[in-house]
Amino acid sequence: MAVIDRTDSPLDLDVDDLFGKYRTMFLIRRFEEAAERQYKAARIGGYCHLSSGQEAATVGAVSALEEDDLLVTGYRCHGFALARGVPPEAVMAELFGRANGCAHGRGGSMHLLDVSRGYYGGWGIVAGQLPIAIGMALSLVRRGKEQAVLCELGDGAVNMGAWHESLNLAAVWNLPVVFMVVNNLYGMGTSVERASAEPDIFKRAAAFRIEGERVDGDDLEEVEWAAARLLRAARQERKPAVLEALTYRYRGHSVADAGLAYRTKEEIEERRHEDPLVRTRESLEARGAPLEGIEALEAEVEAEVEAAVAYAEADAPPSVDRLAAGVYAAGSEEQFERMRPGSPAGEEELVFAGGLGK
Amino acid sequence: MSGSGVAEAPAPATGVETMTYREALRLAMRQELERDERVFIMGEEVGLFDGSYKVTAGLLDEFGPDRVRDTPISEEGFVGAGVGAAMLGERPIVEIMTINFLLVAMDQVVNHAAKIGAMFGGEVRCPLVIRTPNGAGNQLTAQHSQSFDGWFAGTPGLKVVAPANPADAKGLLKAAIRDDDPVLVIENLPIYKEKGEVDVDPDLVTPIGRAAVAREGSDLTVVAHSFATVRALKVAERLAAERGVSLEVVDLRSLRPLDVETVAASVAKTSRVLCVEEGWPSYGVSAEIAARIQHACFDDLDAPVERVGMAEVPLPYAKELELAAMPTEERIERAALQVLGLAG
Ligand SMILES: Cc1ncc(C[n+]2csc(CCOP(=O)(O)OP(=O)(O)O)c2C)c(N)n1
Ligand SMILES: [Mg+2]
Repeated sequence: MAVIDRTDSPLDLDVDDLFGKYRTMFLIRRFEEAAERQYKAARIGGYCHLSSGQEAATVGAVSALEEDDLLVTGYRCHGFALARGVPPEAVMAELFGRANGCAHGRGGSMHLLDVSRGYYGGWGIVAGQLPIAIGMALSLVRRGKEQAVLCELGDGAVNMGAWHESLNLAAVWNLPVVFMVVNNLYGMGTSVERASAEPDIFKRAAAFRIEGERVDGDDLEEVEWAAARLLRAARQERKPAVLEALTYRYRGHSVADAGLAYRTKEEIEERRHEDPLVRTRESLEARGAPLEGIEALEAEVEAEVEAAVAYAEADAPPSVDRLAAGVYAAGSEEQFERMRPGSPAGEEELVFAGGLGK
Repeated sequence: MSGSGVAEAPAPATGVETMTYREALRLAMRQELERDERVFIMGEEVGLFDGSYKVTAGLLDEFGPDRVRDTPISEEGFVGAGVGAAMLGERPIVEIMTINFLLVAMDQVVNHAAKIGAMFGGEVRCPLVIRTPNGAGNQLTAQHSQSFDGWFAGTPGLKVVAPANPADAKGLLKAAIRDDDPVLVIENLPIYKEKGEVDVDPDLVTPIGRAAVAREGSDLTVVAHSFATVRALKVAERLAAERGVSLEVVDLRSLRPLDVETVAASVAKTSRVLCVEEGWPSYGVSAEIAARIQHACFDDLDAPVERVGMAEVPLPYAKELELAAMPTEERIERAALQVLGLAG
């Protein structure tokens, strides 16, 4: 693992700052625990990928973003949305498939988004988000903006063609994009060792002559420090980079996977000693945060999560007569008008009647 | 193998057994792995994890990592590897977790696998099998709920089969493995757990290119494949009981080659047709069937050919929206009554 020289750290997180970040990490953990309960109670459907254990990597990286930077991620994205400031009730409403969900009830767990916060989505096809991040970075450059794109991906995504193509494009075009590989050691049941010829993923950046760095992904400050530096180089010098955060997912691949067929209980237990929540809480205490303060914060977050569930329960589902909303741009209706004769059964009512191009 | 508990003892050579669709697929693979050294399986999570949908459960233990090969997430790479190995005479069975992920390997399927026989003037063949489920209905949303059956069936050089029950799952997969051309075997997520009777005879295959009359009837022909067949059969039961009408359900089973003869014979009897599919109907399987029928059965038809499929939108997450978009039994029933002139 790369040795980090802390003396050069732009971070000297004061206790308040650390307090806020711990709060976000704690929120993610509790939020996902609630999401799992709701999933098991069949109020949440589809896939539900939890990120318990990965909170420091998530919050550290997102904390390094400027307000106008952009974020693109894979499908394990509850934490990223929350860390970016999407209100918990909007995320929970999305998981419930409600109209006020952050993706309008159309995306669910894998496709959270919030354009107002520069979060251009959780994406469900492994590595599919990488080329998209490239295009966003290209657009920022064309507009002369000093902004960067943070693109999250899993360790499993680095063996897709899209990874190689995207890194090469980022390098030859000098794009302001940081690829953050959340290396939780497994893609579903396949360990990095079994999947990757070069399991030190950060080293692969060298093939494209861009910077690659590995950090302890369970160390909040280390992640933020590295992400801040790489994002700054991206913004200011248009240097792309790979940031690999080593972490672990405590839960199965999704709520449906017990997560034990391909790893041992002992391994999971061992990794729990590195729990980023515990570590961050300890460093809060070490910096003199009073215990009562931390406990009060935790109680507050728990209430916030409960409120998010209550909000989601009360929110209405999206209206069915708007099934086709957004599929095409405004003005497209006229183009489709003449496609109506001979439509398949139900197409008129479902797709045309509610308005195609709105 | 850990967790699954589903690995069965070696099946007796003959006899009919009740098993699930996934067990029938596994039986077909086990029999063919035993029968032919050239057969091997590769795909994501097919080995140690027992298969994402547990279709290959136990096979790694039984046949070892050379015959049951876990791959990284690299669909274009390992589908292409299947093509190359098949060109040298291997019989690879490539599992793609769901048909949605086959798109990243589309170039290897359409631009490579499908072209080998013709480009090599028959000198080299590509006996590749790709198995993958289609299907929707679990709120898996826009990128994970698709059925591209028509795209592949529209590609010369490929064969495409889509079993709707355990017996055909076993029989068609075996036929696909023994076939000398690339065959896409489209499985289906909701059917994996369905049970049915399967003749376990290792020599019994279901011929490619033959539809089946899954239910005989006289008033209306419903043409379907994959999960749409399951839905159509339920609608047929209900309409028989509640409205006294008799639906004939033709299960295509094979999309390319397509058994138009069986469809036409049914239409000659009923004079009315409803085509049902899980995919988007525009330019889809039902579009092809409708075109063939209007030509082959022009004089037989008493009503325009009707179609029901997925509403033509990327599938949204909310349960209410998803349900509205799906070709549900209610929508099929309504369309059937309409073609019969019985719509209220
Ligand atoms: C192209 C493609 N192939 C397969 C899948 C199915 N799949 C979903 S997640 C996943 C594992 C990804 O692992 P990783 O990138 O390490 O992310 P993690 O789940 O660990 O966050 C797979 C194989 C997919 N979504 N897309
Ligand atoms: Mg991973």
